[in-house]
Amino acid sequence: MIDLLDKHKTIAERHARMMTMGVNAVGLTNDKILSPTRAMINGRETILAGTNNYMGITFDVDCIKAGQEAMAEFGTGTTGSRIANGSYALHKELEAELARFLKRKHCIVFTTGYQANLGMMSGLAGPKDTIFLDADSHSSIYDGCTLSGAKLVRFRHNDATDLDKRLTRSEGEEGGRLVVVEGIYSMLGDRAPLADFVAVKKKHGFQLLADEAHSFGVLGPHGRGLADEAGVEDDIDFIVGTFSKSVGAIGGFGAGNHPMFETLRYAMRPYMFTASSSPASIATSLAAIRKLAAEPERRDRLRANSARLFAGFKGLGLDMGCDMVSPVIAVKCADEVSTIGMWNALLEAGVYVNIALPPGTPNKLCLLRCSVSAAHSFDDIDKIIALFGKVVASRAAA
Amino acid sequence: MTASPETIDQICKLLEPFNSTGKALTSDTEISADLNIDSVAVMDFVMEVEDHFDIEIPLNVVSETHSISDLAAVVDARVKKA
Ligand SMILES: Cc1ncc(COP(=O)(O)O)c(C=O)c1O
Repeated sequence: MIDLLDKHKTIAERHARMMTMGVNAVGLTNDKILSPTRAMINGRETILAGTNNYMGITFDVDCIKAGQEAMAEFGTGTTGSRIANGSYALHKELEAELARFLKRKHCIVFTTGYQANLGMMSGLAGPKDTIFLDADSHSSIYDGCTLSGAKLVRFRHNDATDLDKRLTRSEGEEGGRLVVVEGIYSMLGDRAPLADFVAVKKKHGFQLLADEAHSFGVLGPHGRGLADEAGVEDDIDFIVGTFSKSVGAIGGFGAGNHPMFETLRYAMRPYMFTASSSPASIATSLAAIRKLAAEPERRDRLRANSARLFAGFKGLGLDMGCDMVSPVIAVKCADEVSTIGMWNALLEAGVYVNIALPPGTPNKLCLLRCSVSAAHSFDDIDKIIALFGKVVASRAAA
Repeated sequence: MTASPETIDQICKLLEPFNSTGKALTSDTEISADLNIDSVAVMDFVMEVEDHFDIEIPLNVVSETHSISDLAAVVDARVKKA
């Protein structure tokens, strides 16, 4: 008999190797969360700088109250999918609110952002179609593409000319074409050059989807994301997003103006065959989205904090993932062993960031990844800069 | 499917920068298993192959090719078609 788990031996070995180098980077425990930017980790109060809690909204009193009331009124869980058990009024209210916020005709809410990508990719594209996806796409996009059964063509990251070339190569083939890009890329913090992609769209004709997971609520004058910032919303056919970052809850969504958009509800297995999100999660998402709309100053604070961290790291001479101010600020490190060492030293000194290693990163990069929050104080940002100065600046150079 | 020796030769040249094992590349070399190349690097390598031959190799096809000769056969078939 072949043991099915044998194939994971190299993963187990790598994990064991990492464990011998110190704290378990993938199994870290937050013993207590004190605020959007503080947790107790290993008995120490730690600054959180790797949570994607961009708006710092997770402890907002109104959001917590909305969640508590929804749980009291609708119960702890929905115990089934919306297709089987029906929707709760809250689901529909959230979809309507989100459609209003996004200025889109239709919006469908999913249980997670991961499922939103699985659902949208597989609902939009089928075996006769082709999906062109950015090389650095999130795993949920890759998995959604696989689920769709479509032909998958990967183009070079953020390279509209390369997409143009690949579209030309496949000219004349049957089926529709979907192009998928992201607003802010989660590892390096860089943004898709949307205007360039829109120009290619006008040349070749395809449907364009943007995953605004890290940019929804964060970018643009109205907080609608990168398409809002770039002024190209009319040319983006479909938007995907998550509630797990700026919204501080759990869930995801797909949105668009297509007249048949609602039909997708009956064509997306990751929507149909999983339980809908819990009343508490839906209600906190709803309250948080209303705050994102009503309190643009949160975005200003996030921008100011991001600019401060970016300038501080630049001053230290660190090699960063992208050369513009972004709420995701990744520092490139030389190799896996030194990155793990520095990650541990930062944690011991009282700041938590993400460690990102190949194959989870583009171009085999080893990264210490920070995500900035509107809830960080300038003092927090300065402490993070000082600690990176002490722990990383002397060692990070690749 | 048999692949031309020239194609195999060119693929080996394109693969060499991704090969950190020092193992000699032959037509039977399994790209990911023998060379310990992770899934992302395999896709990056295939992109180089696509551009070198100016063809399209969809990811669905990549997942069914294992050895260098498998990939070379795909390249030959697609070059002929183009
Ligand atoms: C680009 C991108 N898309 C989708 C997701 C999935 O979102 P969720 O965490 O809600 O499943 C994430 C993050 O996890 C992401 O970074």
